[in-house]
Amino acid sequence: MKQLDGVEDWAGDFDVLAPEYVDDPFTIWDGLRTSCPIAHTDRRGSTWLPTRYDDVTAISHDIEHFSSLKIAVIPFDEEDEGRGDEVLPYGLPPISSDPPLHTWTRRLLLPWFSHRRVEGYEALTRDLCTGLIDGFVDAGRADAAAGYAQQIPVRVIAHILGVPEELSDTFTGWVRDLLEFADDAERRVEGGTQLITYFIQEAERRESEPGDDLLSELLHTEVDGAVIDRGIALGTAALVLIAGVDTTWSAIGSSLWHLATHPGDRERLVAEPDLMPLAIEELLRAYSPVTMARVVTEDVEYGGCPMKAGDKVLMNFPGANRDPEIFEDADTVVLDRAHNRHVAFGSGIHRCAGSNLARMELRIALEEWLRRIPEFRLADGAEVTWAGGQVRGPRVLPVVFP
Amino acid sequence: MRIRVDPDKCEGHARCYGLAPELFDVDDYGLSTAVGDGTVPPGLEDRARLAVANCPEFAVEVIED
Repeated sequence: MKQLDGVEDWAGDFDVLAPEYVDDPFTIWDGLRTSCPIAHTDRRGSTWLPTRYDDVTAISHDIEHFSSLKIAVIPFDEEDEGRGDEVLPYGLPPISSDPPLHTWTRRLLLPWFSHRRVEGYEALTRDLCTGLIDGFVDAGRADAAAGYAQQIPVRVIAHILGVPEELSDTFTGWVRDLLEFADDAERRVEGGTQLITYFIQEAERRESEPGDDLLSELLHTEVDGAVIDRGIALGTAALVLIAGVDTTWSAIGSSLWHLATHPGDRERLVAEPDLMPLAIEELLRAYSPVTMARVVTEDVEYGGCPMKAGDKVLMNFPGANRDPEIFEDADTVVLDRAHNRHVAFGSGIHRCAGSNLARMELRIALEEWLRRIPEFRLADGAEVTWAGGQVRGPRVLPVVFP
Repeated sequence: MRIRVDPDKCEGHARCYGLAPELFDVDDYGLSTAVGDGTVPPGLEDRARLAVANCPEFAVEVIED
């Protein structure tokens, strides 16, 4: 892994992987918004970091100047730029594409995550949560991140894709290699290769035995009278796994961290379960896990910043959601916040395709936890660790309960 | 009071549907529309305003009679 120097100048030399940014990006964004609202760095390539809501949403909507062809927050090294192009010539559409490819691949995916479909996954999710809690409730302690949050979304996604739930830990490992450990080139490449190799094998199996799962449907989908490119089907299936696992798990983990450390909010949510829909949105706002990237298509000046073709812009949705110009008491969780146009799931045409699923999983995970474990707090001397970069959330979260 | 969803702005966040399912329909692609002609039944005015205040795309509007 590359070792970079510590950060002295957040406006001109920021580093999203610096330990202080991973631990507490909020203070850094607050400082930047008033001094230099769009920061820049040359670490890992020329990259811009907007911190204001209006800038993040405006750039998200300007797909002409800000393309989704490169979306990794931690960019690939030049030597492995293009690696995997033979298998996935279009990357992971629709997330890694612009219209017109984005438009029709997104339409293939959306019905699988519609409100109606997601309601159908609710019982499975609740059973999963109940089973996990059964495993530790009598012990009086648990790792709410690794032992609970991390275990839920990957199993729901495995069910949707039609791949074995028993491989959940393996899937989680690959996704973490790709996202959480992306700065380690060897680990990222190995995780990506194994994930794609697995999907190729699963695709071959479905040639003779198609099922009613998402991967089968993608492989046999016809658009304009022809079966879609296999690389697109594989990329879209891989996207569902990559995007549907540690994003939601991070949101569940951050929410449990908040409730473990803010007893007033925990007690209120237990006492007033009707608050849950608003509380979910507020927790998503305050602890938005996902940052995406865009690549500048042609030289453009935005907000006084001379952005060059090929530069990256980080879609700082978590920072936008803490902008005090938009959200009163932005750094405070207000469970019944009524004005909340948060963009935890993005903004514009790339709005998270799985947002209905993520929201359902977060709600059920919190409902079941609070029903069974209404009183809990961080374990004495607990060392909570956070992952950052593309996805921020707790990775170790030791809690105790009576 | 009536509500209206601008189809050119809606990106399918479904926040309005989540907060006020009595007032909005959502299709398989996530796009929201007002139920019926958008008339807000008595007692649901606050829900309608909540939907407006939670739309990340500024796609929902309330038209006061």
